[in-house]
Amino acid sequence: MWIYEKKLEYPVRVSGPNPRLAKIIIEQYGGSDGEAAAANRYLTQRYAMPTGMAKGVLTDIGTEELAHWEIVATLFYKLMKGVSPAQIKAAGLEAYYANHGKDVFLENAAGVPFTAAYFAAKGDPVANLVEDMAAEQKARATYENLLNLSDDPCVNDTLRFLREREVVHFQRFGEVLDNVQTWMNSKKCF
Amino acid sequence: MNRKISHQAKLLKEIMSYEFTAVDLNLFLDTHPGDMRALAEYNQTVCQLKKLKHAYEQCYGPLANFGNSPSQHPWRWIDEPWPWQIEF
Ligand SMILES: [Fe+2]
Repeated sequence: MWIYEKKLEYPVRVSGPNPRLAKIIIEQYGGSDGEAAAANRYLTQRYAMPTGMAKGVLTDIGTEELAHWEIVATLFYKLMKGVSPAQIKAAGLEAYYANHGKDVFLENAAGVPFTAAYFAAKGDPVANLVEDMAAEQKARATYENLLNLSDDPCVNDTLRFLREREVVHFQRFGEVLDNVQTWMNSKKCF
Repeated sequence: MNRKISHQAKLLKEIMSYEFTAVDLNLFLDTHPGDMRALAEYNQTVCQLKKLKHAYEQCYGPLANFGNSPSQHPWRWIDEPWPWQIEF
C-alpha cells in the first residue's frame, strides 16, 4: 500500500502569479513524458519483473515520480494563485480555464488529455527497462525545454531539481538492466 | 530572494532535506545492496529523520496518515496548510 506524507519532496517557490508559465509546466503533469506517465509506467511494469532488484527499483522510482507529480501540481497551483480572468486571457489560457478553472488537469501543454498510450508494458524485462531509460532521457529533455522558456528563477530551482532526478533514475535503470541481463544469462547456462 | 519563512516551513525544510538524502540513498542501495558505507549513512539518516519528525509533529500534527503518526486531540491530520499551500 502507499502512505501519504504531508510534505513535498522538494520546496516549491514561485516569484509571483504567472499563467503563461503554468500553461507550459502542465506538460510535466499530464504530458507523454510527464510525471504521471512515469509513475504509471514503472508501477505497471514492476509486477512481472524477474529479480528483486528490478521490482524494488521500479517500486521506488515509481513512488518518487508520484512525489514529482505533486511538485509539478504545486508549481501550477502557485503560479495560478491570484491570477485574474484578464491575465488568463492575455496568457491564452481561457480554453483551459473554461473547462477546468484553476484545477490542475491531466493534459499536456497543447491541451491534449492524458492517455495510457503514453507508456508501454511489453511483458519483456529488457524491452521495458530500455523504454524506462529512454523515458528518463525524454523527461530530462522536457525539463530543459521548460528551463529555456521559464522566466522565473524560483521555478527554475525546482525544475533543476526535477531534471537532476531524471539523470539519477536513468543511471539506476541502467544498473537494473545489467542485473536483469546477468540473471537471464545465468538461466541460459544452468 | 529573501523571504521570511514560518517556523513550520523551516522545520519542514530540514526534514525534507534529510528525507531526500534517504530517498537517494535508498535508490542507490537498491542497485548496490552490499555497499556498507551507503548503508551506514542510510541508517544514520533514518535515526535523524525519526527525531526531526517527532519534534515537528509535536507542534504541527501528524506528517503521515494510516497509523504512521499519532495525533493530538482534536484529530490534527486535517489541519492546514497542506503541502502545496506552504510558503518556502
Ligand atoms: Fe524520473
